[in-house]
Amino acid sequence: MELFGIALTTLALFVSFGFMVGVLFGFFGMGGSFLVTPALLVMGYPARVAVGSGMAFVFGTAVIATLKHHDLGQVDYKLGGLMIVGTSVGIELGRIGVFYLEDLGLASGVIGVTYVVLLGGIGLFVTRNALTNDGEDDSGGHHDGADDEIDPDAIPDIAKKIQSYRVPPMMTIAGGIQVSLWMVLGVAFATGLLSGFLGVGGGFIRMPAMFYLIGVPVPVAVGTDLFEIVFSGGIGSFLYGMEGGVDLSIVAPLLAGSALGARIGSAATGIVDESDIKVYFGLMLLGGSVAVAFQQAGDYFAIEVLNTVGFVLILLSAFMVSGAVIYSTIATVRERSNVSAASPD
Amino acid sequence: MIDLAAYSPAVQAGALVGAVLLEAIVLYVGYGALERVATPVVERIKHA
Repeated sequence: MELFGIALTTLALFVSFGFMVGVLFGFFGMGGSFLVTPALLVMGYPARVAVGSGMAFVFGTAVIATLKHHDLGQVDYKLGGLMIVGTSVGIELGRIGVFYLEDLGLASGVIGVTYVVLLGGIGLFVTRNALTNDGEDDSGGHHDGADDEIDPDAIPDIAKKIQSYRVPPMMTIAGGIQVSLWMVLGVAFATGLLSGFLGVGGGFIRMPAMFYLIGVPVPVAVGTDLFEIVFSGGIGSFLYGMEGGVDLSIVAPLLAGSALGARIGSAATGIVDESDIKVYFGLMLLGGSVAVAFQQAGDYFAIEVLNTVGFVLILLSAFMVSGAVIYSTIATVRERSNVSAASPD
Repeated sequence: MIDLAAYSPAVQAGALVGAVLLEAIVLYVGYGALERVATPVVERIKHA
């Protein structure tokens, strides 16, 4: 049975997967969209459709998130406008790179390997960080972390050194902070290149880069990053759409699921302690990395079962972590209800 | 039904981006309204 030209089972799969990604994005504030393009690659979509549809999904998700942050006054539109310029150039170069590699027949392979390295690297970093902190609070990547005070000791020396270079022209951003225009454009270009090449929002790199390399306060970095993703995602979707790379039958159900999941994930941040879940997040990224590696090996050695293993692994990774978030939320709410019911009033 | 295939790639791509934007705004407003309705119900269940 089909709906809008797409099988009902596939539709349900996309809505469910979008929901899981939305829960992760809403809870951790980043990283959820990183799973979409690899999942589409694993499902056998061509590289340009996987990257283009992934980017259109990121665009829709960013629109919803930016509307929320606008209400909180956490968007610096001047900084965002400048970052759009640098990012647009980067995206165009990244997109040209994808189409060039596609002509050579190397696109899926190179994008897949880049994903394995990036997901694996970030996954190892997050897991190691979560295990060494062993429950200590860490504001990185948390939605509510946007409101935390910045501890100067938490900024690495290399970042302080980079921030100390004051290459003119300088500009003033939210909070009266002076930053170099070149640093803003450089960060925007580098993350735009990654967005165009991998079909991701780039927030998992741009947000820390804005904080560490430019010195933008975290709340403004989060809001401005999302505003910027609206444009970079929109431009990227348009460019890929012109080449037939955006499939609305993929994007629409993913977005419908993620919009609901993001609300639940955002609400969960006020209930569940992120440090309890963070290790699962790192393991999920590692799972995604292994899944894409399986798919690459399956393509290379022409072993179909490896593709299936990769697909199941990527779904299980997302399901495990989003399930852990929802389970912890329900358990915490029940616990609090029991405590309030037991205490005399 | 509008046949987008008759238009240039730029118009088709613009229509795709517009459709995603429209869906995002509808979902933001729709789920926002649902949340406003559901929150008091959940609170009542929690404190029942």
